[in-house]
Amino acid sequence: MIDVIIIGAGIAGIDTACNLHDAGYDVLVLEKEKSMGGNVQHWSTLFPSKRNAHEVISYYTEQVRKRGITMYLNTFVNSIKKQDDGSFEIHTSREVSFKCKSVIIATGYSLFNAQRKEEYGYGIYSHVLTSADLEKHWQKQSAEFVSPTQKPLNKVAFIHCVGSRDEKSGNHYCSKVCCVTAVKQAITLKQQSPHTQVFCFYMDLRMYGPGFEEMYREAQEKWGIQFIRGRLSEVAEHIDGSLQLKAEDTLSARPFKISVDMLVLMVGMESQKSTAMFAESCNITCASNRFIQPLDHHLQPNATNVEGLFTAGACIGPLSVFDTLNHSKSATLAVTSYLK
Amino acid sequence: MKQFGFATSKSRTIEYEKINSALISYIVENEPSFSSCMSCGSCTATCSAANLTFFNIRRLNMQIRLGEFENIRQEIDKCMLCGKCLLVCPRGINTRNVIMLIKKGLVTFNLVE
Ligand SMILES: Cc1cc2nc3c(=O)[nH]c(=O)nc-3n(C[C@H](O)[C@H](O)[C@H](O)COP(=O)(O)OP(=O)(O)OC[C@H]3O[C@@H](n4cnc5c(N)ncnc54)[C@H](O)[C@@H]3O)c2cc1C
Ligand code: SF4
Ligand code: SF4
Ligand code: SF4
Repeated sequence: MIDVIIIGAGIAGIDTACNLHDAGYDVLVLEKEKSMGGNVQHWSTLFPSKRNAHEVISYYTEQVRKRGITMYLNTFVNSIKKQDDGSFEIHTSREVSFKCKSVIIATGYSLFNAQRKEEYGYGIYSHVLTSADLEKHWQKQSAEFVSPTQKPLNKVAFIHCVGSRDEKSGNHYCSKVCCVTAVKQAITLKQQSPHTQVFCFYMDLRMYGPGFEEMYREAQEKWGIQFIRGRLSEVAEHIDGSLQLKAEDTLSARPFKISVDMLVLMVGMESQKSTAMFAESCNITCASNRFIQPLDHHLQPNATNVEGLFTAGACIGPLSVFDTLNHSKSATLAVTSYLK
Repeated sequence: MKQFGFATSKSRTIEYEKINSALISYIVENEPSFSSCMSCGSCTATCSAANLTFFNIRRLNMQIRLGEFENIRQEIDKCMLCGKCLLVCPRGINTRNVIMLIKKGLVTFNLVE
């Protein structure tokens, strides 16, 4: 019987697998996609240092290779069943099941589908992008960003909280990383295209991490990025192809209109669909945001209500890379003391 | 008393202890969602009355919290009860019901002349 099965080969899953392997346990990683790395594979640079995200992925790829950790790609986990003897049976899309002593769920998150916010025009206007689209673009080509309409970018707006903090999207929670991502992307855009005027429409700026507030200040002082406190209410296209935005500039208490050449939606994080499937097959308690509920946020952040079943990374809620890796390290300790 | 050629203006400071909270309490009691407003301004941005006049439903909410009732009666009548604000509110507040409650409350608590 395998000691630990890790579901998901994002950074959380890989990091835990490597650490458990080093502690002498027999691990198996199951990943639904054709490559490892999870969401971070698609990012260009990582806040706050703006290091290349690829460095992080290649570091972990090398760690997995070096240790000869067994990982099955293209393997979707359908369900987790707890057996009477306390062990687990994992069922997958490959029609093979695996037995193990304990499980780590490291299934992360999925991106909010911006088309659900119809009034923002994603999928309707080609120059409405998401933060993820922009990262993917920069990852493929570091050259200056060209608008899908091929027109010069005179004004660009970043919209915070798309699919987060929004009852209408069914997501009341904050996705934590999108404020600082907006600032990072706004600065990158300014670096490439200094003449573009850049605006961020925010409700609150959540600059909670190391270096975040400094980036915000750099955005204001060095790059002249304008922060407007108001939530976008709707977008319409002008005859000339520019996008008209409507919001309230709440600090001056007046409705605010602006035409921009490109709109970037800061999409939030949602719990993976598999999380709900696992919750059902194994009776795992989820929080009101649909992410997995840690047994005790302070004292047992990796344990769940099911004994022997642990979590690592953003499957417990939105986390940055830094916070994800801290959580995966504590997952290693939690599993080690369980298997002892 | 000797009259000078100017009058001292009323203090602009919000004196928390002096706030008249009758209306806000009445609204929150009957429409509890009202207390979750995070002042995002989506309601005002989408409101036709706000685009044409000084009417600003988000600011109205703030004024009620501060117990400032001058102008409210006059302002509130600019609302056409179209409900657009209700459709955009990210906190799911029934803003239209809030307006109805403001109208009722102003009369009930005798807050307008
Ligand atoms: C636009 C954007 C930009 C970001 N930029 C930064 C940044 O610059 N810096 C930073 O610190 N953070 C950033 N983040 C956050 C970062 O993406 C997360 O911290 C990180 O992805 C969390 O890693 P994870 O391994 O927990 O989850 P994920 O990356 O989501 O990985 C989960 C893995 O599990 C797999 N999986 C899911 N379900 C199953 C299943 N049923 N069976 C098998 N496999 C499954 C998935 O395919 C995936 O490979 C950003 C987030 C967004 C949205
Ligand atoms: S991090 Fe910022 S943009 Fe993202 S949901 Fe929270 S407040 Fe909104
Ligand atoms: S219901 Fe009243 S406040 Fe709301 S959008 Fe319509 S006119 Fe404006
Ligand atoms: S839209 Fe809702 S949350 Fe936003 S200011 Fe208006 S009432 Fe408050």
